[in-house]
Amino acid sequence: MAAAKTPATPLLRVEGLSVDFASPRGAVRVVEDLSFHLNAGETLCIAGESGSGKSVTALSLMGLLPKPGGRIVAGTALFDGADLFMLPERRMAQIRGHQMAMIFQEPMTSLNPILTVGRQLIEGPMRHLGLSRAVAAQRAVEMMDAVRIAEPKRRLKQYPHELSGGMRQRVMIAMAMSCHPKILIADEPTTALDVTVQAQILKLMQDLQRETGTAIILITHDMGVVAEAADRAVIMRRGRAVETGPVSRIFARQEHDYTKALLAAVPKFANGERAPEPLPDEVPLLDVRDLIVRFDVRGGGLIPRVTQRVHAVEKISFDLKPGETLALVGESGCGKSTTGKALLRLVPSHGAVELRGTALGRSTRDVKAWRRHMQMIFQDPMASLDPRMTVGELVAEPLVIHGIASGSEIKHRVAKLFDRVGLTTEQMSRYPHEFSGGQRQRICIARALTLGPQIIVADECVSALDVSIQAQILELLKELQDELGVAYLFISHDMAVVEQVSHRVAVMYLGQIVEMGPTRSVLGDPRHPYTRKLLSAVPIADPARRHLAREAPEGEVPSPFRPVDYEPSYVTLQDVGGGHFVSAA
Amino acid sequence: MAVLKALFQRKLALLGLIVILAFVILALFAPWIAPYPFDEMHKDGLTDFGSPLPPSAKYWLGTDTLGRDLLSRLIFGAQATLIVAIIANTIAVAIGTLVGVTAGYLRGPGGSALMRFTDLMTAFPALLLAILLAAMFNPSLWIVVIVIAMVNWVQVARVTYTETISLSEREFITAERSLGAGAPRILFRHLLPHLVPTITVYATLGIATTSLTEATLSFLGIGVQPPTPSWGNMVNENQTYFEVAPWLVFFPSGCIALLALSFNLIGDALRDILDPTLRGRH
Repeated sequence: MAAAKTPATPLLRVEGLSVDFASPRGAVRVVEDLSFHLNAGETLCIAGESGSGKSVTALSLMGLLPKPGGRIVAGTALFDGADLFMLPERRMAQIRGHQMAMIFQEPMTSLNPILTVGRQLIEGPMRHLGLSRAVAAQRAVEMMDAVRIAEPKRRLKQYPHELSGGMRQRVMIAMAMSCHPKILIADEPTTALDVTVQAQILKLMQDLQRETGTAIILITHDMGVVAEAADRAVIMRRGRAVETGPVSRIFARQEHDYTKALLAAVPKFANGERAPEPLPDEVPLLDVRDLIVRFDVRGGGLIPRVTQRVHAVEKISFDLKPGETLALVGESGCGKSTTGKALLRLVPSHGAVELRGTALGRSTRDVKAWRRHMQMIFQDPMASLDPRMTVGELVAEPLVIHGIASGSEIKHRVAKLFDRVGLTTEQMSRYPHEFSGGQRQRICIARALTLGPQIIVADECVSALDVSIQAQILELLKELQDELGVAYLFISHDMAVVEQVSHRVAVMYLGQIVEMGPTRSVLGDPRHPYTRKLLSAVPIADPARRHLAREAPEGEVPSPFRPVDYEPSYVTLQDVGGGHFVSAA
Repeated sequence: MAVLKALFQRKLALLGLIVILAFVILALFAPWIAPYPFDEMHKDGLTDFGSPLPPSAKYWLGTDTLGRDLLSRLIFGAQATLIVAIIANTIAVAIGTLVGVTAGYLRGPGGSALMRFTDLMTAFPALLLAILLAAMFNPSLWIVVIVIAMVNWVQVARVTYTETISLSEREFITAERSLGAGAPRILFRHLLPHLVPTITVYATLGIATTSLTEATLSFLGIGVQPPTPSWGNMVNENQTYFEVAPWLVFFPSGCIALLALSFNLIGDALRDILDPTLRGRH
């Protein structure tokens, strides 16, 4: 017994938890013999890659396993003198939201869209604490204050869609904390949020914990978040705990090989030091001048009028050299993905795009020809592959569309591509759903390579992947660049990945580039306040360098929605030396 | 061919296929298969009080109110019913899908115009159209087919329209565009296969409703003229005798239900066969 180390009995003690899920091929064990404990007032991280069983563990504790399908086959969870797994549903319903509360990854889908925030906030206290409506409403205002939402009275009357993503997650936290739970389970609470907002939410959770003493179980795949937020961690893999212990110890010396490999795969942010050298000056391959993308937002009615306009991209200019990787970074709504799509003419745009001095036209034929020079890889490989075609057909499609090859020539070329991206030719007749996430992204890469493009737009192409897979895909992209000289426009929100792969970085804010230059220089010596803010919010996978709880940046991610008559003001970039440009404003 | 083979491997779908095939054979060879002519009023076909006869050794399914053999009428009735159910429905689903998918993919003014036209057709009275056509041409089964096709496509168009809109927002459609795929390829290779489940549901639902619409139109003197039978008009003309002679309604409506069910079984199987993610799970 570890009784000597943990003087008080732990708040929650889970012993030998095993969970089965029904599948067409019989029951599958998703959690196997998992044991851990949670002390009062501490933060325990359950960390692991997808399929490790971390979310299932949380759902089991809350009695929320999907029914039918999920089944606890063994184990106990002692909480407050009772075994949670043996309690009847009626009793669990009293514990949920009262003594144990949970927040989820996607605050938009876990809030009821047709009820006001206030209405949803008073429900719990009225039900569990027996408060009257008036007292609960007063409590709701206090909770909104506690989660640092300004103008709580006005916000309480709003509906979830009227709030920003960060604010919605604050509301979720307010709801979860409103009955002063002893345990808060947070399942990937910051994964869907921007990095600056993530830092704020992590800080908020730590502040609330200090004020209320609530113990937190934080479930995450992000080792940076583990290092920043947890006291102790359970590292899970394929349903089993491979390593448990204090975070400082786990990061300093790993006892298990898997933990070692996992931490080794995490890209470590080093303020630009690890970035590749910038390429020597050369005639640019791609030249983009004053690119503008705006979307009209229309109201209802028979002939809808334009009510608002999204200023997604506002006069950005940049170039790309052969074999170079330029990263576009920024937070959601900054226009980085739209820029990529505009270059491929997938969204209407203004401005000049030139490939080796030849301007890109706008006719269907020009655009089709352009696709042979420029291709795109998307964030979610499952979503970007037609599920009803075999992967062989999918990779062959570009050849068919452009009439490049036919018959056995197609098969031959596709086989070569499969081989090049690390897949076997036998896999060609299978369907996308039969592959893992990393393999699917390889298929997407093969598809993008089919036409032999000189430029590939990679839109968050590794952010949906587990870190170990992410490292392999980045390595593949690097190899292809060395071999074929292809240039990447690498769109990403992950600074550590950007540092690792890109020669140059452009930071976008509200549709404009505010800072651009060699990665080493921009990440090592950020000049623009927004770049600094962005970099200060990056979680660092080293508990010894914890900083988010102290210096989480303030403020919301601004929205690019504007009134119809809005006239944007443009920033001018100034050279501060060595090709490092900063907005003068 | 692979699809057909997969269909044969599913017992329920095979059953549906056999039933439909049986109905088609009955319709094609009705004069040879039916025990009596459909319009012969048998002298011994009514009771002494003039009521229809229940099923017996001579009249397997009984007789109707005019003393005609119900089995013979059902067999001949299959002709009109199958023509309407299959042809009218297929045309309706084809028009509906074409309009819906085109409008959903085009969006913008073109798509809007198509959908406003669809709305207009929703409000268009089917009976008026039928009577108009009947006045211009001789009443015939083909007018019924045209009327049903022109009226029933509207719902299919509405549903495929909304589905197409949500599908074209999916990333794999953007990915296809980024490869340089043109509209026809995206529409027919990538959008349409995903609409098959919806389309089959509407097509099979349509079988039963079109049979009854046909009966209504025939009742108004537009479609099949008495004494020629169709399952729909057999249900229609006999429903008032339901309490005294339930078999008069039971057998024709049972046939309609069986036809709809068979199409449904095939539709379900097709949906599963065409969806690779469901393969190997039946």
